[in-house]
Amino acid sequence: MTRPPTTLTPDVLVIGAGPAGLTAAAALAPDLQGEVLVLDREQHAGGIPRHSDHTGYGIRDLHRVMTGPAYARRLVDRATAAGATVRTQATVTDWAGDHAVDVTTPQGRLRVEARAVVLATGARERPRPARRIPGDRPHGIYTTGQLQNTVHLHHAPVGTRAVIVGAELVSFSAHLTLREAGCSTALMVSQHAHTESYKAFSLAGRALLRVPVAHRTRVTRIIGKPRVRAVEIEDLDTGARRTVECDTVVLTGDWIPDHELARSAGLELDPGTLGPLVDTALRTSRPGVFAAGNLLHPVDTADIAALDGLHVAGQVRNWLHGDQGTPHAGVRLLAAEPLRWVSPGLIRPGDPAPPRRRLLLWTDDLVRVPRVTVRQADRVVSRHTLPWPAAPGRVFRVPWSVLRGVDPHGGPVTLDVR
Amino acid sequence: MNTPTRRDPAHVYDVAVIGGGVVGAAIARDLSGHDLSVALVEARDDVGDGTSKANTAILHTGFDATPGTLESRLVQRGYALLSAYARDTGIPVEHTGAVLVAWTTEELQALPGLKDKAERNGYHQCRLIDADEVHRLVPALADGALGGLTVPDESIICTWTTTLALATDAHQRGTQVLLGHAVTGVAVGPHHTTLTTTRGTVHARWVVNAAGLGADTVDRLFGHDRFTVTPRRGELFVFDKLARPLANKIVLPVPTSRGKGVLISPTVYGNVMLGPTSQDLTDRAATDTSQDGFDFLLAKGERLMPRLLTEEVTATYAGLRAAIDHGDYLIEPTPDQRYLLVGGIRSTGLTAGMAIAEHVTQLLRTAGLTLNPRADLPPPPRMPNIGESTPRPYQDHQRITEDPAYGQVVCFCERVTAGEIRDACHAPLPARNLEGLRRRTRAMNGRCQGFFCGAAVTQLLHAHGNRGGTADPEENR
Ligand SMILES: Cc1cc2nc3c(=O)[nH]c(=O)nc-3n(C[C@H](O)[C@H](O)[C@H](O)COP(=O)(O)OP(=O)(O)OC[C@H]3O[C@@H](n4cnc5c(N)ncnc54)[C@H](O)[C@@H]3O)c2cc1C
Ligand SMILES: Cc1cc2nc3c(=O)[nH]c(=O)nc-3n(C[C@H](O)[C@H](O)[C@H](O)COP(=O)(O)OP(=O)(O)OC[C@H]3O[C@@H](n4cnc5c(N)ncnc54)[C@H](O)[C@@H]3O)c2cc1C
Repeated sequence: MTRPPTTLTPDVLVIGAGPAGLTAAAALAPDLQGEVLVLDREQHAGGIPRHSDHTGYGIRDLHRVMTGPAYARRLVDRATAAGATVRTQATVTDWAGDHAVDVTTPQGRLRVEARAVVLATGARERPRPARRIPGDRPHGIYTTGQLQNTVHLHHAPVGTRAVIVGAELVSFSAHLTLREAGCSTALMVSQHAHTESYKAFSLAGRALLRVPVAHRTRVTRIIGKPRVRAVEIEDLDTGARRTVECDTVVLTGDWIPDHELARSAGLELDPGTLGPLVDTALRTSRPGVFAAGNLLHPVDTADIAALDGLHVAGQVRNWLHGDQGTPHAGVRLLAAEPLRWVSPGLIRPGDPAPPRRRLLLWTDDLVRVPRVTVRQADRVVSRHTLPWPAAPGRVFRVPWSVLRGVDPHGGPVTLDVR
Repeated sequence: MNTPTRRDPAHVYDVAVIGGGVVGAAIARDLSGHDLSVALVEARDDVGDGTSKANTAILHTGFDATPGTLESRLVQRGYALLSAYARDTGIPVEHTGAVLVAWTTEELQALPGLKDKAERNGYHQCRLIDADEVHRLVPALADGALGGLTVPDESIICTWTTTLALATDAHQRGTQVLLGHAVTGVAVGPHHTTLTTTRGTVHARWVVNAAGLGADTVDRLFGHDRFTVTPRRGELFVFDKLARPLANKIVLPVPTSRGKGVLISPTVYGNVMLGPTSQDLTDRAATDTSQDGFDFLLAKGERLMPRLLTEEVTATYAGLRAAIDHGDYLIEPTPDQRYLLVGGIRSTGLTAGMAIAEHVTQLLRTAGLTLNPRADLPPPPRMPNIGESTPRPYQDHQRITEDPAYGQVVCFCERVTAGEIRDACHAPLPARNLEGLRRRTRAMNGRCQGFFCGAAVTQLLHAHGNRGGTADPEENR
């Protein structure tokens, strides 16, 4: 590959103009001499909220409730007003150095050489092949992302009768989109056993009343040519199978971070989240490269991603202002079953508390009254009972204070919940 | 040349080729290099939409064919012809080489025999290697290989571009490509044969049957009863591009009587493939995937390369080999019917296609078809590059400055630009639906399978005047 003819040299390059990247840029731009450049591959900045056309955005960061598209516009305007450059149709394709990347735009190829980089590339839902669902390969199978792009951004039709796979926050978002597109939800299927896992959502709560949910159920086959005609589902407890007629299938949840750039940089990954491993300052394993948003915790709500952005801005500022010493080795934070991951995954002496002073965790089982135990080298560091449930399909947030008493030199720390 | 530009139902072609797979396309191309009018009669809405779209896409040296068979000869010849043609037309090819890996003493003991067989097939580059070298060549392999045999010239190719290039070439040489024309009846007359199709009749003096899985059915329409096609399903997994460093070579199992077994192969698109299974079926449309197939492949993968299974699966698909009750290709002319059968092109037809075409042309000449090579042939088409080993449009600054559409990435995972989608929709053999577009550009074939781009790609297809749905929307591959 030849070197792109144009080189840009911002102070900070933010990759991804979703809530995390835009918020980081808005916070950084006023403070820096040099440029804060945000690149996004989409035609419009804003990330996932652009096409998530329902209310429920902005609660913790903007302290008001708004729709996804309105929220996205607000964040773009704020970043631009703060002096950041937001450039769309700019796909970061390769690394060209520790803090340098190559980019494809309709104006040609660009090289960007920054002093610091923030990765805020978000997360996506696993599509059907990654979930290894066998059967025919017809039209009419969507992830929520594709469904919402189709309905809200392109105003194109979907089917008339859907099965939604998953029963978590995003699944109800899919249900609302289907309803708006004139498609009824015949059934939601969830591998989980309890309604509690989603009862907590007030938005969902109301929508839920009218949607039948098959618990402890999985889809074993997709049937139909040329369009979906039915799905075969299996009761996980009895093994009994039956078919449900539908012309649309929406595969929701089952998130994976968009970690291609993180991996191609050779950054150390967190085997739990599959995103880059970061400390509470949101530093990755490469000095001067930071990460924020759902790339780190697939997935939490947009306001949490945005507040990551605010947090990382302070850390990037410190880095640019010369605080570039090698951070202390620190200790790993690990999650034990039924927890799948914890983010951040690294704590170092002298580092700040994580964003919102919260650890973010993901559980595979419902624990109604969770008792969180922190262990280090066979020693119980702390036990805390939390008043909110740990429920599959959404992030379980745990106060940072549970780690009080951890020895920052004492080896890996494990969190479990019972 | 006297091919009509718009199809005249009364026109009598010199030759009608039934089946627009890689074999039929190669035959039509070869024939239309002569002073003949040729029709390529395909049941589906696109060329290359049958078995030719769903295989393991290996350009075989033919080292393990049965020596002395027609298949052995044509695979070897096809390798040379297609390698050269790929250079001329830009079909993506990578000469990765292969290693056969022995995991048991029986397999280890079989390797010298395979080397010997390769030599009897005229291939002399195989080398026996020890376990250390196997692991050095493919470091991600599971522990415990006992030894191996290298096949340095075994290569990977883009099966979609191959059929498209041959069909486009045929079209530019004057072949009339008749899509959506399923042949349902045959009447052999004294001077020409009339084919009844789902879109009217087609008349031709000579007919070549290259209908793949449907070749026995068509053969019976000619009154023969000489073979039966058994669809032998092969299911495959395609792993994420991030897995590609794990497999820079084709990892072949030691073949058994059931076929070539499960392999791990890089793809020209930068992924890694695991498969295929081998299961005899009766339904010739059964390209669905199965839980059993998945379980089998995952178990195999776990034994061969456990690290591969920690990567995401980008695609799963199944193809049907046209297996027949006959140990070789079945290519037979019936001169008194001015008819030629090309049957049983099971698991090597992608490689052998161009050599089959050359062979068919010879047979037709012997059978009495007059063949005068044309002096005025157009150059072969230059195909859009969808492989990873040479620069793609999104990487080409010069090209983007000349046409910004090549800098407008629409499918992010596969980095397909609006320019490429536009080109595919307006190509000589254009994409007419989403599946055709995917085969021509790779759009939506990546790890997100349309989460980000599905709606945008569909909209672009509509904007270019094509429909998103299709008569047979089998996913690609
Ligand atoms: C269907 C659905 C409904 C939801 N509903 C709610 C809700 O009601 N309330 C709520 O608070 N949250 C909701 N969320 C979650 C919320 O959308 C996410 O938490 C939020 O968008 C995460 O922000 P982010 O900045 O981390 O990533 P994203 O919003 O995903 O942004 C990442 C950006 O990075 C860009 N990018 C990635 N790779 C590259 C590259 N190589 N080059 C250039 N750009 C790149 C992408 O184009 C994208 O714009 C919902 C999510 C979904 C999917
Ligand atoms: C799993 C698998 C792996 C393989 N791997 C390899 C490999 O690595 N390398 C290799 O060289 N080969 C491989 N092969 C074999 C190769 O794919 C086939 O040999 C080749 O594609 C056959 O081409 P074809 O043109 O004969 O058949 P097809 O591509 O099936 O074309 C036949 C066409 O005829 C049409 N047709 C049928 N009936 C009618 C009718 N009545 N009227 C009109 N049209 C009709 C069909 O629609 C179809 O398009 C593999 C095959 C499979 C299944």
